Amino acid sequence: MVAQSKIQNLKSTIKLYSPLIKATQTGLLLSTGIAGYMSAHSTPHLLVMLAMAGSLFLSISGSTVLNMWWDRDIDSKMRRTQKRPTSSGAVSPQETLRLGLIMSLLGVGWALAINPLYGLVVFAGLFFDVVVYSMWLKRRTCWGILWGGISGAMPILAGRVLAVGQIELIGLLLAAAVLFWIPTHTLTFSIKFFDDYQAAGIPTFPSTYGLEATRAVIALSSIIAAASIGTAGVMIGVQAGILRLMVVLSSGLLLLSFATVFRPSERINFSLFKYASLYMLISMILLSI
Amino acid sequence: MKMSHLDRILLLATGLLAAWQVAVGIDGLGTVPITAYTIAFGVLLVAGLLMIILGFEALDSPIVVIISTIIPLSLALGLVWEHLEAWRSLALGFATLGFLAILLTRSFPMQRESRMQLPGKVPTIVLASVHGIAGLTIFLLPTILAAQGVTRPGFALVGLGGALIGLGGLLLSFLKAGKPILPRETIFRILPALLLLMTMAFVAGFALA
Repeated sequence: MVAQSKIQNLKSTIKLYSPLIKATQTGLLLSTGIAGYMSAHSTPHLLVMLAMAGSLFLSISGSTVLNMWWDRDIDSKMRRTQKRPTSSGAVSPQETLRLGLIMSLLGVGWALAINPLYGLVVFAGLFFDVVVYSMWLKRRTCWGILWGGISGAMPILAGRVLAVGQIELIGLLLAAAVLFWIPTHTLTFSIKFFDDYQAAGIPTFPSTYGLEATRAVIALSSIIAAASIGTAGVMIGVQAGILRLMVVLSSGLLLLSFATVFRPSERINFSLFKYASLYMLISMILLSI
Repeated sequence: MKMSHLDRILLLATGLLAAWQVAVGIDGLGTVPITAYTIAFGVLLVAGLLMIILGFEALDSPIVVIISTIIPLSLALGLVWEHLEAWRSLALGFATLGFLAILLTRSFPMQRESRMQLPGKVPTIVLASVHGIAGLTIFLLPTILAAQGVTRPGFALVGLGGALIGLGGLLLSFLKAGKPILPRETIFRILPALLLLMTMAFVAGFALA
């Protein structure tokens, strides 16, 4: 009876806390970290990989929880985020802060213990995301997403660093691919939820520079992302067939990006947003093969 | 019309098969066939992904007619280039001109033709001719080569894929051209299964050639 009640309590706690870590986003970033590690194509050490996945999961989730804690006031003003546990009051700010700090400290600590340079990259990701992006720039300038992008690029760089022991060109190219993929994702999002961001008073590219310029930035960043991932693929030495597949998928991304510029519509915007996520996930799998 | 989970699963299987074909199934061929097959199966892959994302709404775009022409034209070019050396230039010319003709007749209103009391006929004739010739090439060439023993019998499956792509392409193109052969709902109901069957036939045919 007591055991059953404990299980029930645990289930409700997980149900309450799980939206705080944005499982899809965390999963996607985690997959980039694993791909970064696998891209070295050396014999993977299972224990090292598991430790990397664990430390990255804790760090990424921790920073996401800390962001939610910091942004709870603006989240409650946006229709899209109103139901988050932090803005609805289901989880108190103190609890959220405590959870975010514990996860972040455990994640970064674990990462430093595995390898100091890897730990430093993981810490940089967390620092850029929470302090530079969320706390400092997000409410001041639309260019804050650049730093959000840099933090998003850290997991793949961290994975690569853990595998090869140093920061090298391929790692930087992979990081650039994620960095320039992020605007494709976030800017299409900021177009879709334009009114929400306006209501919360968050400066975005569409509200600062207009929709046309934003779409042009999306197209440009897609080109750079596809070029970076392709160049990294060539330098890594992926098989010709895999490279062909990457070219095909990149062409799809570019076509959709150009369609947002020349034939803009809600539907194109939505399909680019979804396709970009799928593109990144498949590219990561392909780089790992 | 809402897309069911089964439709999405069929499209995902189609996409995975097409991806496999691009990555593995065409290794060892010449540059032109590899490029042509990569374009054909690549379009199939990206189109499948977009249909999974957007549902059948993806087919509402007027660009579908143009895109759905690329697959048979590329496949026909690849097959001719690989197996009929003497016809290479003709195949390349047909693929290029056929695509341009579809592009032009679908992109610009046929004003002059309208004045001649032939509204919409030229685009339809162009569409039927290009699809017809490309579809027949993909159907007949592998079937004849397999029957003559030039290739292994399994290559005839590519011909079956050709027949299916011809059917799918014509159904879709005439639907988009405003002259549907079957009702829209029926076409959408059979399309995911048709695409999967077609891709399976191609992949198996190329593997068994």
